[in-house]
Amino acid sequence: MSTVSETTHNGAVAVGAPPAPSADDGLSPAQLAAKYGLSVSGARPGLSEYTRQLWGRRHFINEFAKARTQAQYTQARLGQLWQVMTPLLNAAVYYLIFGLLIGTSKGIDNFIAFLVTGVFIFTFTQSSVLAGVRAVAGNLGLIRALHFPRASMPIALTLMQLQQLLMSMFVLIAIVLMTGEVPNAAWLLLIPALLTQWVFNTGLALIMARLGSKMTDLAQLMPFILRTWMYMSGVMYSIDKLTATAPHYVRILLDTNPAAVYIDLVRFALIDSVTSSQLPPHVWASAVGWAVVVGVGGYVYFWKAEEQYGRG
Amino acid sequence: MAVAEQHTPQDSVLPPAARTGTRVPTVIVDDVHIVYTVHGAGTGKGSATAALARLVMRKSSPNVRRVHAVRGVTFTAYRGEAIGIIGSNGSGKSTILRAIAGLLPPESGKIYTDGQPSLLGVNAALMNDLTGERNVILGGLAMGMSQEEVRQRYQGIVEFSGINEKGDFISLPMRTYSSGMAARLRFSIAAAKNHDVLMIDEALATGDRAFQKRSENRIKELRKEAGTVFLVSHNNNSIRDTCDRVVWLEKGELLMDGPTDEVIKAYEKHTGK
Repeated sequence: MSTVSETTHNGAVAVGAPPAPSADDGLSPAQLAAKYGLSVSGARPGLSEYTRQLWGRRHFINEFAKARTQAQYTQARLGQLWQVMTPLLNAAVYYLIFGLLIGTSKGIDNFIAFLVTGVFIFTFTQSSVLAGVRAVAGNLGLIRALHFPRASMPIALTLMQLQQLLMSMFVLIAIVLMTGEVPNAAWLLLIPALLTQWVFNTGLALIMARLGSKMTDLAQLMPFILRTWMYMSGVMYSIDKLTATAPHYVRILLDTNPAAVYIDLVRFALIDSVTSSQLPPHVWASAVGWAVVVGVGGYVYFWKAEEQYGRG
Repeated sequence: MAVAEQHTPQDSVLPPAARTGTRVPTVIVDDVHIVYTVHGAGTGKGSATAALARLVMRKSSPNVRRVHAVRGVTFTAYRGEAIGIIGSNGSGKSTILRAIAGLLPPESGKIYTDGQPSLLGVNAALMNDLTGERNVILGGLAMGMSQEEVRQRYQGIVEFSGINEKGDFISLPMRTYSSGMAARLRFSIAAAKNHDVLMIDEALATGDRAFQKRSENRIKELRKEAGTVFLVSHNNNSIRDTCDRVVWLEKGELLMDGPTDEVIKAYEKHTGK
């Protein structure tokens, strides 16, 4: 270790050590800060400024989602093949249990397509929620090291789930074609249906990210809540048939469930035997409504605690 | 240096302090107290029945303790200064830096800063399962560089870090790096941008001598670009080499604040060197 201290530490820009008397001497720290335009450290920017900063980080969000997707299966020998295998195996398990063993398929045409659609669409929301819970807690290193709008994390993670969903969609379309559906113009409805679901998922992930950053127990609890939600969403049975004799309010409750709404829409788009008469009333309105309310609400809710993430 | 940001015209003029002789403050710490709430502290009975009993009795968990880490610290840092922060372990050095970076709210008192200070610490891990290359790109983008800027500076950052000196390590996941290599890459990413206020928390201690020399030069450049640099280190020589002012914290209180030689001499006397 060198000891040449006398020569090197007097950098050219060193400010003279004894402070020269100046006009600032009488000022209090707050007045001094105001005079030179200093701001309170760690303060939260306004909503429009925050949105502007977030937009400035759009490449970061995109790259982050891409890098994470690529890193996801690097430890597995089959690598990226798992992006397709995971949804396929999922669908196979549910088909084995609910199609063959329990037999909920009675009275549903093309049960395989019906079931696989339900599983994939629900998985999209489910994995977004689970990723959201860990979005802040799981990226503390990055959050504590660098400054960027924290909403980048949950948004990037739902973008990653969207990418995974598109993979699943190829599998889904292959299955649907094999079960005898014929492509038609209605398939284009997939695009608005998935888009609104993605906005809804992002909002939900933002809400879960804020909750998960404070309540560390949530990560343990969420799988149970999500499983309950799945069984109520008509993933492996038809709400329409099941509730034919149920009271009206039960019907309304089950039909306005956002997961059920998005599943219904994708089934309607892809499967011929699912007709508009089976769709709940105002289904597009509720799809857009859920997306707007949860999307915007979740964003504002997350922003309100912006300065607290990564603390403690 | 290759990594340095291209100067925009207003950057390249001398700092106002050098022109007019007045000193422009960049960080004002005003009577700050910081209290940590620590979960999972102490021996507390960890059994499930004990936890349930606490919930029923509405008692707060004995595992939560409050630690008064910083007690009434006040100082002002000016543009172009490099300030060393010294003190024994647990004296609140890292805590005060995290508060200045806006990552820890003060219990009372206020911290004012010019722009957004950046904190570079030993545990500031980036993404361990991604390659060094990805980390450079993501780190640059996260700091607000454009894709174009990141592409331009990529080579400079890798060269500065010296990661590739012993083979093509930049394309390996960061979890395979030694702690020294990871720290070097982190510093290189953060130093690629000109910060108004850069705080370095023992991040240089793990690098080898050649890298330490490069970093010291980079810190000097950052100061010339009218920034303020804070350096926490237990190595008095590296403080002497880079800093012109030293703040000495002990048990969360500010013991001394002055020119490097004076304070370090007093500190060495205190620690019995």
